[in-house]
Amino acid sequence: MSDAQSPVIRYVARRAVPFIQLYALYVLGHGEDGPGGGFQGGVIFASSIVLLALVFGYGAGRKACPERISDFISPLGCLVYASIGLLCLLMGGMFLEYARLAGPDASDHAKHAAHHFGLIGIEAGVMLTVTASMVTLFFEMARPAPDEGGLDE
Amino acid sequence: MTLLTLLILVGLAVAAVRAHDLLAATAILGAYSLMMALLWCQMNALDVAFTEAAVGAGISTVLLLAALTRVGTQESLKYGHRLLRHPLRTMRSLVTELHEGDGRRSAIGAVLVCALVGAAMLYGTRDMPRVGDAGSPANTHPAVAEHYLNRSADEVGPANVVTSVLGDYRGYDTMGETVVIFTAALCVLLLLRHMGGRTRDE
Repeated sequence: MSDAQSPVIRYVARRAVPFIQLYALYVLGHGEDGPGGGFQGGVIFASSIVLLALVFGYGAGRKACPERISDFISPLGCLVYASIGLLCLLMGGMFLEYARLAGPDASDHAKHAAHHFGLIGIEAGVMLTVTASMVTLFFEMARPAPDEGGLDE
Repeated sequence: MTLLTLLILVGLAVAAVRAHDLLAATAILGAYSLMMALLWCQMNALDVAFTEAAVGAGISTVLLLAALTRVGTQESLKYGHRLLRHPLRTMRSLVTELHEGDGRRSAIGAVLVCALVGAAMLYGTRDMPRVGDAGSPANTHPAVAEHYLNRSADEVGPANVVTSVLGDYRGYDTMGETVVIFTAALCVLLLLRHMGGRTRDE
């Protein structure tokens, strides 16, 4: 059932996946200067795995992103986000006051860099959670019955 | 151009409601989201357009397709989801089946309710500022819009003010949103993982 696609679709999908994932990372990294960010990047990254599942079947998609990995990454993203906020607290600042990550007597330049680091950090956390959550949503909804092999007919 | 996009949007919405094949309706909704993304682009809301294209046209469509593998692609008269999708027609046909005269009356009632609510909404839009109005309260508030637009490059850094607002000024909200997404996945996981897969004949 899952192998009923034409070779063209299978070839193009396989070749497109790394580029989609690279683009997702670009969207994450470029969010500070243009449209984009962790949320959009996460959705795009998840769509690459969904593409695998749509073309090569449920099993192949799940193999690319096993249950235990997506189950682990989904809360990990929230943890990354909250930890950065907590780290700012521990460094004597307010929750999510990224500039404090540079330390108490840091130069303006270091504070700027810390701010940058904090923003990218939380965006990465958002991306982790969004990617894993979207993947989970898709796979749980499309889960085949035990007697069926794949997602598509 | 904006008018054309809006007209296509309305056309797609009507087509999605009228489509009996849920697969077709899902595809139309994807196209609707894409047009919506174009509309956001015309309003210079690139971040929103990007999100709409990625989430609305991309992932939601796929999630709806995945949901369709559980419920089947033909809408059913018996179940409530048809009532949710187009209450008027369903109500009319359901009630007409029971009682010819009552059906017509409740349909007229539904049309009246729709017309009244629609008119109230249209009346409400008269108080809204014009699209892109630089003098609107949201754009002139000194502690919000002006502050963000003028000072975010110094205070936060990124050239994209949207990122500054989401990641810094409103960082706590964004954390909550991230947790919401995680919670959504968690709920679906808890509900569906142990149900033993989809069933076709239910």
